[in-house]
Amino acid sequence: MEEKRNQIWAFIITGALILISVVYYRVNAYYMYLIAYIWFGFAYGMMLQYGRFCFASASRDLFAAGVPRMAVGILVALIFFSFIQAVLASTEMSTFHPAPFGIHTLIAGLIFGVGMVLAGGCASGSLYKIGEGNGTSFLAAFFGLCIGQAVFVDVKWFNFLIPQKWVDAAAVNIAARNIPAEKLTSSFDTYLAGYVWNQPTLQLSKTEAVQNALPGVSRYFVADMLVNAMIPAALLLIVIYAVWMRKGFMKKQAKAKGGAATGLGDDVAGVWSMITASKRTTMMGIVIGITAGLHILVMKGMQIRYGIGNFGELLTRMGHDADNGIKGTVFDPGYWYITSQEGQLGGWILQKLGWNMRDNIFFGVNNGLPDPWRNPALWMSFGIIFGAMVMARLNNEFKFKLPKGELIAWGLMGGILMGVGSRPALGCNIGAFFIRVAGGDPSGWLYGTGMVGGAFLGVKFFNWWTERKMAKEMEAF
Amino acid sequence: MAMKFEKTGDGTYMLDVCGYVCPHPQIYCKKSIEKMAEGEVLNMVFDNPSSGETIKQMLDQAGHELVEEKKEGSKTIFVIKKG
Repeated sequence: MEEKRNQIWAFIITGALILISVVYYRVNAYYMYLIAYIWFGFAYGMMLQYGRFCFASASRDLFAAGVPRMAVGILVALIFFSFIQAVLASTEMSTFHPAPFGIHTLIAGLIFGVGMVLAGGCASGSLYKIGEGNGTSFLAAFFGLCIGQAVFVDVKWFNFLIPQKWVDAAAVNIAARNIPAEKLTSSFDTYLAGYVWNQPTLQLSKTEAVQNALPGVSRYFVADMLVNAMIPAALLLIVIYAVWMRKGFMKKQAKAKGGAATGLGDDVAGVWSMITASKRTTMMGIVIGITAGLHILVMKGMQIRYGIGNFGELLTRMGHDADNGIKGTVFDPGYWYITSQEGQLGGWILQKLGWNMRDNIFFGVNNGLPDPWRNPALWMSFGIIFGAMVMARLNNEFKFKLPKGELIAWGLMGGILMGVGSRPALGCNIGAFFIRVAGGDPSGWLYGTGMVGGAFLGVKFFNWWTERKMAKEMEAF
Repeated sequence: MAMKFEKTGDGTYMLDVCGYVCPHPQIYCKKSIEKMAEGEVLNMVFDNPSSGETIKQMLDQAGHELVEEKKEGSKTIFVIKKG
């Protein structure tokens, strides 16, 4: 009976999204651009839920339980995605752009890493878990990624951390970019315009050394794909195997061989066994990597088809230019991305409640503040939630779980840390790590290192907390 | 909200972490097994699907046996024998 009901719900949700897509298309064919985001989001949601694909789990489960399942899945996804990124870059079909590189990336990753462990899911993981009915993830996403992030980019609360040289540099930089001085209001604005904009961006294939050394498109495959993504990913797989898996695997091998010595062949078998230990996660890693690449191809194709570089131009053509920032653009990453669009939803809600959210660079200049139903990247996030919901319903894994007790505190704290941690590096586990590493930007690894460090601290805290609760339970024994 | 870890008989334990989300079910599972002796059995009840995959691999790596896996609605029950 429940199975039947779940199937009906899966059809209703999918049908509703098809209907929404048809309505958008009938209103204006330009909304095909937004519809593409919906369905890529839907596909991500299904894959994330099926593969239990969560970046928080990658480092957290290694430290907390010694399980490499998710770390392996992400590295596999990265390997496949970097190949497709290189193909797209070599055919000038990539929408990828590197980010300013600096110590801020590491610090932001650290804050985000603690947050994702407390919240029980990363930015994309929290969305797919909302689709499973998880109320804690909803708290983290709504109050942290949406409201928390929007507040963070708009307040002056952190001015005491801003050195005078950033204030001076910000004034110069906004004048050089023809940004009105009244848009430079928040602490984040000064940090962004006075510090981040002065940091260099780095994409290996675009460096002078690589351009001189490697001819033609080979630089995308050698520098961006092999050097920046595949080789480090392969090395990490070997390190994970050596630290967490090798001892147990060799013990099993020795037992199977009746005590005979083990060798290199056993190690190769051990790495393969680690990769295939969770087939559903590894399989989804491959599929997610390929889908993320196809997503870039489709968005770039649409940009060429409509002769645009940003969805804001289509909004202007449709008469919705008020949705845009003063540059005539809205947040439109052109690939898989989380957090900025949630910040826009939070900003939109606060704006409706009377808070002026357009008087800053983040919303007022760069990303705009479109109504949620005309926000392409936000539709991708909704797509993830609904795609995960359909998959969870089909597998009878959907259940509304209201957050109770301590989970409310962890969800809120974790969500706010993720919201705050995703801004200084201009992205989260997807935008600042996954996409950048695969695109040849080493700052992705810096963010990833921070995330792993933050996850380690988060696990240390939870280990202490759960040990305390277990001791209390065992008093009755 | 509270987790339950009870001794239900001679060499058998029950861990109920329904309502908990990641990473709590896997951490409580690991810690419960650490408190038990070899050969003892843990009945673990949880309703967070994402934890199941991790717990299975954790048991396999540590040499514990997943004797039985049952579904009761959205709840999952793992019967685990410490190895």
